[in-house]
Amino acid sequence: MTSSQAPAQTGPQAGGAGASVSPRKRRRFSMLTTQDKVVLWIMAGIPTLLVAFFIWLPTIASVGLSFTNWSGIGGLASIKFAGLKNYQDLVTIYPPFWPAVEHNVIWLGFLLLIATPIGMFMAVLLDKEIRGTRVYQSALYLPVVLSLAIIGFIWQLQYSTSDGFINSALGLANTDHFIDFLGDSKINLWAVLVAASWRHIGYVMVLYLAGLKSVDPSLREAAAMDGANQRQTFFRVVFPVLRPINVVILVITVIEALRAFDLAYIINRGLNGLELLSVLVSNNIIGEASRVGFGSAIAVVLLVISVGPILLYLTRSLREEAQ
Amino acid sequence: MTAVAERAPATVEAVAYRRKRIRWGRVGLHTFLIAMSVLWLFPLAYAVYTSLRPYDDTAKRGYASLPGVLNFDNYITAWNQAQIPHYFINTLIIVVPGVAIVIFLASMVAFTVSRFRWRFNLALLMFFTAANLLPAQVVITPLYRLYLALPLPAPLSDNGLFYDQYFGVMVIHIAYQLGFCVFVLSNFMKTIPNELTEAAVVDGAPIWKIFWQVTLPLCKPALAALATLEFTFMYNDFFWALILIFTGNKLPVTSALNNLKGEFFVNNNLVAAGAVLVALPTLIVYFALQKQFISGLTLGSTKG
Repeated sequence: MTSSQAPAQTGPQAGGAGASVSPRKRRRFSMLTTQDKVVLWIMAGIPTLLVAFFIWLPTIASVGLSFTNWSGIGGLASIKFAGLKNYQDLVTIYPPFWPAVEHNVIWLGFLLLIATPIGMFMAVLLDKEIRGTRVYQSALYLPVVLSLAIIGFIWQLQYSTSDGFINSALGLANTDHFIDFLGDSKINLWAVLVAASWRHIGYVMVLYLAGLKSVDPSLREAAAMDGANQRQTFFRVVFPVLRPINVVILVITVIEALRAFDLAYIINRGLNGLELLSVLVSNNIIGEASRVGFGSAIAVVLLVISVGPILLYLTRSLREEAQ
Repeated sequence: MTAVAERAPATVEAVAYRRKRIRWGRVGLHTFLIAMSVLWLFPLAYAVYTSLRPYDDTAKRGYASLPGVLNFDNYITAWNQAQIPHYFINTLIIVVPGVAIVIFLASMVAFTVSRFRWRFNLALLMFFTAANLLPAQVVITPLYRLYLALPLPAPLSDNGLFYDQYFGVMVIHIAYQLGFCVFVLSNFMKTIPNELTEAAVVDGAPIWKIFWQVTLPLCKPALAALATLEFTFMYNDFFWALILIFTGNKLPVTSALNNLKGEFFVNNNLVAAGAVLVALPTLIVYFALQKQFISGLTLGSTKG
């Protein structure tokens, strides 16, 4: 941007809904000296290039490569255009694809319909004036600091067959009737989802508690004056007011479900009942039989699914900026 | 609607009845909350407990049992035989500069978009934020190829490439986390009164000085929160190093644990000790820096 351009006082008017909000006073770029402008360009430019090169370039390349056939050997010249072949193979002859889609959908459904509401419910309970609320909050939020890889290990201690706590406690550990939580493809996805929810519930609780704290107390008082009970106050007053954070939590849940990788990989490398799109992507690039185009096609499926939630998040959270 | 009809004049009996009911409600609530808390703490507490029991003890009595002996032998074995300290150092080499650089770079971007109105503000914020929301697997295939092809000179790389290097993993952490940090910091900087910057500009202070000496010191709480959070994010990462590092003993500790499992952690007691050891730094964050961690999380997702 040069000084000859019109003052850039109006950002893109993407969502100029709340006209009553007065625009924030910020210094116009064009009023700065040339030297200051150069410095600003560098300050914003270096990080931008970094993200462009290491995140957006590979993203675009994923899309491009998904239409090609490449083993990764023999340089870029050996890349051959393959049209939609990879996608066709993916949906027709690649056995783990549909199970992976199914598991991702189950993962999302479980988080969305069970874990997220529990997290929100716990936040609502703990937002009240309760003795020891901080202690309860701390207990529920503990798993949030742990990595999903460690969570995988911790839950293996519960689930394993002959040495696991659950089987031992049920007296099944050294019998033939033990429950194979992680090996039986009928139940292992659910066992892993319990472990994933252990963390997700705490995460949602933390976010929602912050949202609840931001609700103007006079709203609740007004509702109470009008004779609303707690449930009515929450569903008719608080919940609608928290619409922005509800959307954020929705988006975070969807993205967490798409990102699900570590737990499945730790437990059995995403095989036998734990196939997930994210694991299929990495299975196609590590190892000798590297199928770059094919792996990229799976990545593009992930990308296409995540575009919706990402856009939703951006329009929600950056709306203020657009005004 | 029914609640309105129910609102009879507040007689003495009604008030007394109400109090009693509320008290019972409280008892139920606390019972429920205690049960939830115990349930939530149990998996980690059990891991700690199992890690303190020698294998022989659990072999004899079973895993769901009271202890005969408790000691730190499993930790000593894990620490020495599996070379846990070595992997901790690998993690530090990646995470310490990673956190410092990502916060430094992000604060520069946040400064430009929050203090000045220029045309690309919104586009730039979207560019950064969206990059952090993408699943890592979307970028990994081309990134893996890029790392195998991209040259990196000697002190930073021992094979001349980005692939299989601490530096390479650090760079992708920085690039991936920049979006989140920019988002959090620009939200925070918008809450700082603009008059401070204005005054400095009018005084003719150069932009860098305004950034470094006026704005950044005011952002200390946000920077501390973000540093705590980013430390945990990078420390907890399993995926980037798994794909981008080939040599087993270069792995950061979180990714290394999976490799060590088959080789050294031959029973659940040792697995428990290894998991608790690796979780320890994040548990320290949990106990000592809870406030920073939570404020970082919530700044990143509720403000907007």
